Amino acid sequence: MINLGNDEIVKYPFLTEAGKYLNDKGFSLDQFGTDPDLKKIVDTAFERIITSSEGRIFKSDPLSINSALPLEIFSFLIAVILLKLSGINTLIRRFSLAEARRAEKFLEKDLMNHQDTTKAKLSLQIFQELFSVTVEKIDEEFTILVSDYLKHSINFHEREWKLINRKVTNGKVHLTPHETVRLVRKELDRHIYTKINSSSTPEMIIGFETYVDKLKQLAKKFEVKTVESKEFPPCIKHAIEVLEKGENLSHSGRFLLATFLLNKGQTVEQIAPLFKNAPDYNPKVTIYQLNQLSGVSGTTEYKSPSCEKVKSQNLCFPVPACDTIINPLQFGRKRV
Amino acid sequence: MNAKDTVFLEDTFKKFYFEHFDLLHVPDDPHQREFGYQKFNGGMNRHISLKSDKELHLLLMQNKPSDVYCSNARYMFPNLPMSEKDWQNAELIFDIDAKDLRKEHPKNNTLIKCSDCNEISALGELCSNCQSTKLSFITLTCDDCIKLTKDEVLKLNKILIDDLGINEENIKIFFSGNEGFHIYVHKSEYESVGSRERAELSDYIMFRGGIPETFGFKKFNTNKSSLPNFDDVGWNGRLAKHLYGIKSNRPKISQEILSGGYTLFQKRLEDFRDSIGIKIDPNVTQDIHRIFRLPGSINSKSGLTKIFIEDLKKFDPYIDACFIDDEEIEVAVNCPIEFSLKKKKFGPFNNEQVSVPKFVAVYMMCKGIASSV
Repeated sequence: MINLGNDEIVKYPFLTEAGKYLNDKGFSLDQFGTDPDLKKIVDTAFERIITSSEGRIFKSDPLSINSALPLEIFSFLIAVILLKLSGINTLIRRFSLAEARRAEKFLEKDLMNHQDTTKAKLSLQIFQELFSVTVEKIDEEFTILVSDYLKHSINFHEREWKLINRKVTNGKVHLTPHETVRLVRKELDRHIYTKINSSSTPEMIIGFETYVDKLKQLAKKFEVKTVESKEFPPCIKHAIEVLEKGENLSHSGRFLLATFLLNKGQTVEQIAPLFKNAPDYNPKVTIYQLNQLSGVSGTTEYKSPSCEKVKSQNLCFPVPACDTIINPLQFGRKRV
Repeated sequence: MNAKDTVFLEDTFKKFYFEHFDLLHVPDDPHQREFGYQKFNGGMNRHISLKSDKELHLLLMQNKPSDVYCSNARYMFPNLPMSEKDWQNAELIFDIDAKDLRKEHPKNNTLIKCSDCNEISALGELCSNCQSTKLSFITLTCDDCIKLTKDEVLKLNKILIDDLGINEENIKIFFSGNEGFHIYVHKSEYESVGSRERAELSDYIMFRGGIPETFGFKKFNTNKSSLPNFDDVGWNGRLAKHLYGIKSNRPKISQEILSGGYTLFQKRLEDFRDSIGIKIDPNVTQDIHRIFRLPGSINSKSGLTKIFIEDLKKFDPYIDACFIDDEEIEVAVNCPIEFSLKKKKFGPFNNEQVSVPKFVAVYMMCKGIASSV
């Protein structure tokens, strides 16, 4: 268990047990809805959610840290209550991410804190306890085990995070403090999100109704409508062309084509004829394998592979419209 | 394969297993492994659980398999369907195969088999009998191919030790029984990583996905000093050696690289994949539910045995992995090229009936160019 001082709770408020913290400080939730002296905290909490919904990071007020009522900690805890009462997942997601990014800045600073070694130690402890990652410090660089690095870096799509683009030696990956912290952003985000989601939703608190209604209004802005073109992505067109020419399409190519079409809603009977030109075509085997992929005969319904995977199998023939997608299924999908 | 050949090979394999139980062992934690086997002309039997060498030997005697497999993964329930097995971890395995290394089929070691008329001929563009272009290739023993593959294994080993921090004594190399090598990594922290992480490891080893910035080439304001150096660790150092050849070439060549520009360097990095990337089969490494040929078992594509290698340099698969006896056997063969096994040359045989040692008969039958008479 990590022992936190007030300074640390301000930076990493998600490490506290919300209800316990309020109780320890002698507050009940109802007070926040009715006590005019506490209205500022609820307003800040609301502001904190609005800021996160706009993709911005809530700025700390250094003066508040030492005040009798640590605004930053309370506003986080009340924001969580407002989010739970609104029950809007999009807002919770945005809030978790913004809070993760806020904590990231403090973590990075603490990692590099040469004056106060307890701060540096605490940040290393957070890595160990929250993400099970052992970070070692070597001069100005940090190293982590390749296996730990991979478990986190596979969530990134930017090529700079590929292992090949890292300094790797003796089973360790070398990172700057910024990269070390950036590496766990998703997990930090997930940690905060899970913590919010698993906390219980209180009954509506008198005085919170207007805030919650405003949040519900705000959420409408994030409803996304999409249109989808019927055009196939180039990797799928290529796979179909190869088959039409009667040439051999690799196992991975067949897997890509079949799962793509199945995921797009085509039936096994509609897809099977595409393979009839394959040099090794066998109708029984084709139907059997398509049924396996569709989940009809097996227990798993297979998903179309990611663009990264398609690329690694030399089956990717990108066009500009591929720049913004990470799975062939997203090709031609546009927000309106 | 005809019924007579099947019986002959089944009996020969069974005799081998009976006489070489010492070579066939279940791996560590056998109760957590999935086993599988194939019979000649039969499908795959998977999801089998075996708890001891005794149970394995019994399976070999009862089923006379053509091929035997075992998972690198450990499961809580290895004999349940895949989605219910409860995957725990898996040794890291790499497969390096001669077919992925050579740029073309070795002329003196390759036969072509026509898909239309089944005729077997020496390497050519067309079937010598019906001029069809629908051909499959059969590679026979090839020392150059093995040499090439061994060199690749040594390069892989160096990366595993220097870059990925794997203890040398935990790397075990096996001849696959046909044309390649399986490299097993035991007791490493990589055992717990999943398929996507293993795909990343494969990309690293194959030198795939590198960007110019990694090698010191930025879009703007790049100078020569930031390009790779001979003494750099990891891929930077290896790339430096490949780019400059010798240290004294660095100033001249690095200037050429800078003059070529960012895009050209990016393109060259992609091309370097073929020259310096290790040619492992990435699908093998990233498949965490695969069953691998069991060490000590015979590969039915060749009749040779998958075997642990003590000394890679001295290892000769055509001697050290050939365990079948030399009793003389009559076979009908069509093999218009020569090949060698156990230091003896055989062939060419032009559609003829010959008497050969059993290990040669088995090899040719497994390759699909001979049958018993």
